[in-house]
Amino acid sequence: MATQLRIATRNSGFIDPESVESYIAVGGYQALGKCLSEMKPADVIELMKNSGLRGRGGAGFPTGVKWGFAAKYDSDIKHVVCNADEGDPGAFMDRAVLEGDPHSVLEAMAIGAYAIGGNKGTIYIRAEYPLAIARLKMAIEQAKEMGVLGDNIMGTDFCFDLELKYGAGAFVCGEETALINSMEGNRGEPYTKPPFPAEAGYWNKPTIVNNVETLANIPAIIMKGADWFNKIGTETSKGTKVFCICGKIANVGLIEVPMGTTLKEVIYDIGGGIPGGKEFKAVQTGGPSGGALTYKDLDAPIDYENLVARQSMMGSGGMIVMDEEDCMVSVAKFFLDFTMDETCGKCTPCRIGSKRIYELLDKITIGQGTEADLEKLRSLSVNIKDTALCGLGQTMPNPVLSTMRVFEDEYRAHVIDKKCPAGVCAELLEYTVVDQKCVGCTLCAKVCPVNCISGKPKEVHVIDQAACIKCGACLDKCKFDAIIKQ
Amino acid sequence: MAKINSMADLQKKAEELKAAAVKTKSEKVLVNVSLATCSIASGGKEVLEAMKAEVAAQGLSNVEFQQVGCQTYCYAEPTVEITLPGKEPVVFGYVKGDKAKELVQKYIKSGELVDGVIPAAYERVVL
Repeated sequence: MATQLRIATRNSGFIDPESVESYIAVGGYQALGKCLSEMKPADVIELMKNSGLRGRGGAGFPTGVKWGFAAKYDSDIKHVVCNADEGDPGAFMDRAVLEGDPHSVLEAMAIGAYAIGGNKGTIYIRAEYPLAIARLKMAIEQAKEMGVLGDNIMGTDFCFDLELKYGAGAFVCGEETALINSMEGNRGEPYTKPPFPAEAGYWNKPTIVNNVETLANIPAIIMKGADWFNKIGTETSKGTKVFCICGKIANVGLIEVPMGTTLKEVIYDIGGGIPGGKEFKAVQTGGPSGGALTYKDLDAPIDYENLVARQSMMGSGGMIVMDEEDCMVSVAKFFLDFTMDETCGKCTPCRIGSKRIYELLDKITIGQGTEADLEKLRSLSVNIKDTALCGLGQTMPNPVLSTMRVFEDEYRAHVIDKKCPAGVCAELLEYTVVDQKCVGCTLCAKVCPVNCISGKPKEVHVIDQAACIKCGACLDKCKFDAIIKQ
Repeated sequence: MAKINSMADLQKKAEELKAAAVKTKSEKVLVNVSLATCSIASGGKEVLEAMKAEVAAQGLSNVEFQQVGCQTYCYAEPTVEITLPGKEPVVFGYVKGDKAKELVQKYIKSGELVDGVIPAAYERVVL
C-alpha cells in the first residue's frame, strides 16, 4: 500500500486558513524567522539548491538556481511573483493550498524575497478563485498586523510587501513571460527568452516566478533542512508532488506522494481503481501539454524525467484517468479544443496550427478521415512542436502525438473501418435491433425522437440507419437488451 | 493582535498557541469541517450549521468547531474530521442529509462509530 507524504499540503484541512494564530501554532513563520535571524541570503539560496526542489508548475526548473540568478543582479527593486494561475483541465491543487494554507505561500514568498534581495511580491491569481482570493487578502492583512509581513519584519531591516493581481482566466498566462505581460496590463502574450525574468522581468526588474506548490514546500525545507528533503523522492526529482486525480477513478481527490511512486500505486492503491468494474485504459498527465500513459506505463515511477521519457510530462499535476469507454481520438480532440480556445494568437504555428489539428481530429471523429489525414496530423503536430513560440504551442500537439503513438489502432479504426471502438463518436455508431431478443414492446419506437424505428407490436422492430440520429434513447429505454450499439 | 518584534517573540507566541491547542484537545471535542470551494459547493456549510444546531440541541458544551481547507477527499465530500479528547482524529465522509446529526448523537456524544469513515493513508510533515 502506497502511503502519501504531505509536505506542500501539510496544513490544508488541519488549520483554520482564516486565522494567522492557527498557522503560527503549527510552526508558521518560523522558517522566515530562521532565515532572517540565522542565515544570510546566500545561505538560503545554497540550502534551496542543495534541497533539489524543482518547480512544481510543470517545467521542473531548480528553484535554488532560479533564485541564484535573480540574486546576482543589482537593482533597487526585485520582485517575487507567485504563479497562482491554475488552468489545466482537471487540476486544482494550487487552489487547495491557497484556500487551506494561504500563510505558507506568503511566508515562502518573503523567504524568496530575502534570498534574492527583493522587496516586492505579487500573487497572480485567477479571478475565478474568489475564495482563495478572499483568504489570501485576509492572510496578508493579518500577517502585516502581526509584523511578519510589511515593514521591518520581526524587528529586522527586512521589508516585504505583497499585492494581488487578478488574471482573467487565460491558460497561457501561466507561462511566466505571458504572466508578466499580463501583470503589466498588456495582453497575456509570451515573449522570447532571454532576457529571463531573473534578469529583467516585471517592469524590467529582476523577478522570480514560483508556482504555489513550489512555494508551499519552502518553509518545510528551511525548517527540516536540505538533507531531509533530498532523501525523499528519486535521483533527479526530490520531494513530493501533489496530484489531482480525476476522471474514471473511484477516489477522485487530491493526493501528495513522494516522487518515484508508481502510476499503479497512485491509481489503484490511493485512487481505489476504476469504478464500475471497467477496464483501465489510459491516464493523461500534464494536462493538455502532456500525454496519455497506458497499462505499459503503470509500473513507471513518477518523476520529471520518467514521464518525459514516456512522452508525457509532470505538468502541474492533473491526472485524468480514462477507462475502456473513452475514445482516445475524442480525448485528443477535447484537449485541442481547449488549446485552440486558449492560444493567445501571437505566433502562427499555435494560432492556426491548433485550429487545423482540431479540424483534422473532428473530421476523423465524424467518419470522414482518411489514412492521409493521419499522416498530415502527425507531420503538422511535429512541425508545431518545433516552431511555436512558447510552452503552450510547443506542447499543444502532445495529446495528439501520444494518443496516435499508443492507440494507433483506434485512429485507424476511425479512418479505415469508420468505427469508434470505444463507442463514443456518435457519427460512427450504429444502433441495431437483435432479432432474437426483441419482443416487440414498441417502447423504442415511442421514444425515438425522429420516428426512425418501425415495427408492429409483438413483432421485431427495425431501425432505419439513414434516418437515425444516434441519440441512444432507444438503447436506454429497451428493457430486453435488444438494442446494441457498435 | 500583539506585534511580533523578534524571533524570540514568535517562538513565545507559537508556544503559547501550541499549549492552548493541546489543552483544548485534551478537554474538548474538535470538529474540523472542510470548507474549501468544492466542500462548500457540496454542502459543507450546511453540515457545519446542522452539527452546531445539534450540539446545541443536545446541550453539549465541550465541542469546538473549526473551518479548515481541503481535506483532499473530493469523492466523499462533505467531509468532517472529529477528534475526541485523547483519541486519534477520525475523518467522516459523505456527510449528507441526517448524517451531521447522527455524528453528533453517536460519535461525539458516545464515541460510537458511524458509516463513512475514511482511513488516513498519509504521513504528514509537522514543523
